[in-house]
Order: sequence, then C-alpha cells, then structure tokens
Amino acid sequence: VSHLQIAWALFVRLLFLSLIAIGGVITVVPDIQRYVVDTQHWMTATQFADAFALGQVSPGPNMMYITLVGWTIAGWMGAVAATAGMVLPPVLLTLIVARARSFSPQAKLGRAIRSGLAPITLGLMLASGWILVTSVDHRWPGYVATVLTVIVVLRTKWNPLWLIAAGAVAGVIGLI
Amino acid sequence: LASPRAGEDIRSEATLRRSTTPDIKPLTLFTTFSGIALSGFGGTLPWAHRVLVERRRWLTDREFVETLGLGQLLPGPNICNLAVLIGQHFAGYPGAAAALAGLLVTPFVCMIAFGVLYQRFGSIHFAQAALSGMSAVVAGLVLATGLKMTRGLPRQWRVWTFGALAFVGVGLLRWPLLVVVLVLAPVAAGAAWRDEPS
Repeated sequence: VSHLQIAWALFVRLLFLSLIAIGGVITVVPDIQRYVVDTQHWMTATQFADAFALGQVSPGPNMMYITLVGWTIAGWMGAVAATAGMVLPPVLLTLIVARARSFSPQAKLGRAIRSGLAPITLGLMLASGWILVTSVDHRWPGYVATVLTVIVVLRTKWNPLWLIAAGAVAGVIGLI
Repeated sequence: LASPRAGEDIRSEATLRRSTTPDIKPLTLFTTFSGIALSGFGGTLPWAHRVLVERRRWLTDREFVETLGLGQLLPGPNICNLAVLIGQHFAGYPGAAAALAGLLVTPFVCMIAFGVLYQRFGSIHFAQAALSGMSAVVAGLVLATGLKMTRGLPRQWRVWTFGALAFVGVGLLRWPLLVVVLVLAPVAAGAAWRDEPS
C-alpha cells in the first residue's frame, strides 16, 4: 500500500472524527488509536502513545500529535493529510456558523448563545485544570509545583514559560 | 469610524465592538498566533489568553470567553476554532487563514523534528520525564487562566451556577464532556435569552 493511499484513508477518517469531536479533539483520541493501531495496524500502541506524549511536550496545540501519527505511518504526505483532516472540517464549519446571522453578536440569539456559553467554557477550563492536577500529581512535589504556578501566574507578570521550563527540568532530574 | 449617535443604545455590544475594532493586518495575525503556538508547551489556551487579552488587548476577558465558548461548542480543536474566529473578526477570511497558519506551521515543523529524533534515538524516557514535571506546572497555568477569565463574567448567580455545574460535572464527577455540554448549553443559552434586551 503506497503512502498516498494511506494518507488518503487517514485523511478521510479524520474528516469524520474531527467533526464529531465536540469539546475538543481529546475526545476522539481513543477512536483514532483504535483505527490506526487496532484496525489498520499502521503503527504499534507504543508508537501511538509515544507520539501522543511528544505532542504534549512539543510547542503548539496538543492535537499536533496527529501530525506525528501521520508522519510515522505515511511520511510527509501523511503528516499533511492528518493535520488537514483534523483541522480543516471544524474550522470551515466554525466560519460558516460564525457568519450565520442568528449567531452574530448583533442578533439576540447570538448574544444569548455567547453569554450563555461563557460560564460553561470557564467551568470546563477549570475542570480540565483539575483533571490535569489529579492525573499527574501523584506525589507532593507535583502539587506544590501546581499551587506555586497558580500563585505566580495570578500575582506576578512573570512569563510562565520559565515555570514550564523549571517543571521540565524538575521532571528530568526526578524531582516531580 | 462613526461616533455613537444621540439616542443610540450606548450599551449595545455591537456598537462598542465596531467602534473599538483595531486595524489588524493578516501578517500581524500570523506572527501573533505563531508566538502563541511557540509558547504553548503543554497546551496553547493559556497563552492565547495571555497574548490576546493581557498583552495585545485585542479582546476583553468577556469577549475572549465568549469566543472560546463558541469555538468549544463547535467540534474540532478549540484553539483552531478560536484562531479562525478571531482572525475572521479582525481581517476577514485572509485573517482567518493567517491566524490558523500561524498557529500550525511552526508546531508542524517542531513535531516532525521530534519525530526524527524519536526515530533516531528510539527512547522517549526523556520526554516522559520532562512531561511529568511540565504537566504539574501546566495544570497550575490552566487553573490560573480559568480563574483570571472569571473577571469577564457578570456578577449574577445564574452565570456562576452554570460555571459551577460544568466544573462539577466534568471535573469532579467525570461525566462525558459531550453530555454535560449538550445538557447545559441549551439551558444556559435559554436563560441568557430571557435576560437579554431585545
């Protein structure tokens, strides 16, 4: 099977998966894994997990791990196909919806939807922070790092990149 | 830009938005979103808030939360949806394309560079060790950003109730996000509709 065929199949699959990923693409990670690992045997479960981990460490949106998945199984064509399949359908839909009159900030319905969703968005943001806390901080240094970060970010103008770098170093030398 | 005429509803968000929209070129959108993407270790959302609201002041807290909410209601990567909404708002379709490209191009290259290193050295023990430390910090960053964004919300019990319900449902009870959003969103929008002046 050529790279082109694999890239095309992956692209088509992601067209659908990206459009059902309401609330963020993290929700379809298991479906993607099932497809590329279990169904197609394009990569191993370890390779997939490693690609996912690298996607979290790399700068940029977390969903960019999909680029690495595409690249691993079908080279450059796979990387482009995977990224495009994941991103293009949702952003096109977003642009269409945003253009719709009833969704515009000038329309009453648009204002109601926007202001109604705002607190839910905030609650979800805090929830994802909370889920991160409970899934990573198994030992007290992790909790300390999290609490310190909250305080520093709320109280100072320091660039949080330094904190992230410090966290990475602490992880590598085995502190966290 | 027209100044508000006498008799025009000064609170109208549409008017405010139109009269304060800065002139932002697609190239600026590209470089700004590139900067957000390059800072975004462990996730880009906190950086989008930091740059767009605190540094550049293109959006208020409230506008940021509302735009993000729309991007979250729709499927796909939230941050990409947010980028095209903001790009489109300031500079039309070229702006949307520029913001999205800024967000994706450098991370795309970085990701493949990581892939090459991974293939050559085979072990990602290093990445996993770094990740465990970074995740603790990123969790704090996400929480702090969420707390900051509460500044943009009106002080009404209805608003805070929906925020708390979303947090409890997804964060504490671990219900599926889709279910929580599909149940809460229509109720919240309905309640907001009742309060909106027509």
